[in-house]
Amino acid sequence: MAQPPVTGTAPAPAPAPRVTYDYVTRAIARTLGQPSRGYYLLLGSAVTLLAIGIACLLLLLRYGLGLAGYSMPTYWAVYITCFVFWVGIAHSGTLISAILFLFRSGWRTAVYRVAEAMTVFAVMTAGLFPLIHIGRQWYFYWLVPYPNERGLWPNFKSPLIWDEFAIGTYFTVSTVFLIMGLIPDIAAARDVATGWRKKLYTITALGWRGTNEQWRHYRPAYLYLAALATPLVLSVHSVVSWDFAMAQVPAWHETLFAPYFVAGAIYSGCAMVITLLVPLRKLFRLEAIVTEHHFENLAKLVLLTGMIMCYAYAVEYFIAWYGGPRPERDAFWYRAFGPYWWAGWTMNVCNAFLPWLLWSKKVRTNITALFVISIFVNLGMWMERFVIIALHLAGEPFEPYVKHGYNPTWADWGIMAGSFGWFFMWFLLFVKNFPAVSIAEVKEELPPPARAAGGGR
Amino acid sequence: MRLPGPLAAIFRRPATPGVLAVFGHLDATLAAVAELRRAGHTEFTVYSPLARHELERALDQPTSPVRMWTLVGGVAGCAIGAWLTLYMSYDWPVQVGGKPIGSIPPYVVIMFEMTVLFGALTTLLGVLLNVLLAARHQGTIAYDPRFTNDKFGVFVPADAARAAAVESLLKRCAAEEVRRA
Repeated sequence: MAQPPVTGTAPAPAPAPRVTYDYVTRAIARTLGQPSRGYYLLLGSAVTLLAIGIACLLLLLRYGLGLAGYSMPTYWAVYITCFVFWVGIAHSGTLISAILFLFRSGWRTAVYRVAEAMTVFAVMTAGLFPLIHIGRQWYFYWLVPYPNERGLWPNFKSPLIWDEFAIGTYFTVSTVFLIMGLIPDIAAARDVATGWRKKLYTITALGWRGTNEQWRHYRPAYLYLAALATPLVLSVHSVVSWDFAMAQVPAWHETLFAPYFVAGAIYSGCAMVITLLVPLRKLFRLEAIVTEHHFENLAKLVLLTGMIMCYAYAVEYFIAWYGGPRPERDAFWYRAFGPYWWAGWTMNVCNAFLPWLLWSKKVRTNITALFVISIFVNLGMWMERFVIIALHLAGEPFEPYVKHGYNPTWADWGIMAGSFGWFFMWFLLFVKNFPAVSIAEVKEELPPPARAAGGGR
Repeated sequence: MRLPGPLAAIFRRPATPGVLAVFGHLDATLAAVAELRRAGHTEFTVYSPLARHELERALDQPTSPVRMWTLVGGVAGCAIGAWLTLYMSYDWPVQVGGKPIGSIPPYVVIMFEMTVLFGALTTLLGVLLNVLLAARHQGTIAYDPRFTNDKFGVFVPADAARAAAVESLLKRCAAEEVRRA
């Protein structure tokens, strides 16, 4: 198969293979075959990162949270930053699979499976961090609403318990949604697979054959799941933002937080989809199915949410100046010109200035440029959460005992690296064992084979 | 794998005799569906690698009952969320932040999350049960692995006496392959 050039601006594109139903099935089923050396290299790096994270976590368990560099009053730092970051990454998955499904955006079909798998694994990663953060991990079940020995129940007026319900529901519903979408595609893979994979897919396809009765129940159910997931995705990061906004800390106590966090989540999530799709498409030779058009649309989503971020940052600074309270004004001065100015400005540059590049169609269609931008967007979004959480705790101006001594330690960085390893390990295992692009839904975007027109085949 | 007698009666049902046709084109499949309905067939099965609205319209099936599952699950979830938060608040009343013991606004968050959780789970359950019931009704019918790739298929249950008529009908509608199963 001739490969079209990767960069969009290159002249004279090679003739694309004719995309038919059969081509789609074969091209996507081929990604499930024997892994290449590059794949093993990526998987090996992910597992190494995970091993580093596990080693750091074991040391943390042995010696306690002192290793995490917490320094009064900064007791929420890198772990909670990572929690919010990974929950944010999860968001664009549901946006692409559910919200764009309701809007009938045809282009989502080629990218939604990657985004959805990313959602499930990112929530799995995020869920680890509250457990790491609590210090005594063996008491994790204290987070669960059950009556303790004195018959006391959890406090449902606390945003932390809302968060637990929101994340738990989000993980369950996005997993259900991923599995629902996978069933017809696993069946398609089953019918062309051989060996042990055939057995695996025969069991996991749950007897799917594409009969009219199956489609009759499946289609509306998928629609209802999308309709349920759409408000859910907006609620989850709103609830995460209320963990902060309900508190009285300056620069946390803002009504802006819910939409600001949701936009930021979609911004970083779409960037992560680009980061994942660029190497995946090359590794699996899916250039004919995941095209420049898809990347441009993802870039437009990054642009839209990036503009919302830019606006939100401007409003935050403006209100801090205009709103009046002295602590708020001091907090934002501290963000821009305090000892952590580098974090504040990394966040401003990556999230408020960088997306302006995407107004240019040349940049939006240049896949290398998009890949680089997407990595900086994720760096910026991690930094944003770090700034909001650790920096504003460290810089609480009205607390006389603040030492300004907080710095992340090697244990923090190691566990953060481990979380990336954990996420990429699951993602890589998924894309090699289950269809990473929807087979049935990509076919919906092709003209159906007709006797009259001879289309589709 | 051998199954014990009563289980085999449930899971290994004898194959339904009938005619299986393979179509390469959507419009030919639609024509065959229309012809079959005109000839009075109601129990036939159409295989398709993807969902097409044309097929849904041609078959004119009743609306799927899954929507009731979603509705009932969602409403039940909302009620469970309200019960959970209010019961737990009043079971051991503690005043927090000067708010009423049972304060609805923060509980709406829990009620909403439970609505979505139960709605999604019952939707999944509804699909599984409805598809299972339909499969029980159809029995074991012929299938071709190309039906998840690029072919459409029609299976018409018919005994030996009626099979010839069905075969000629399907061939007339430009089926690429017609065989008795």
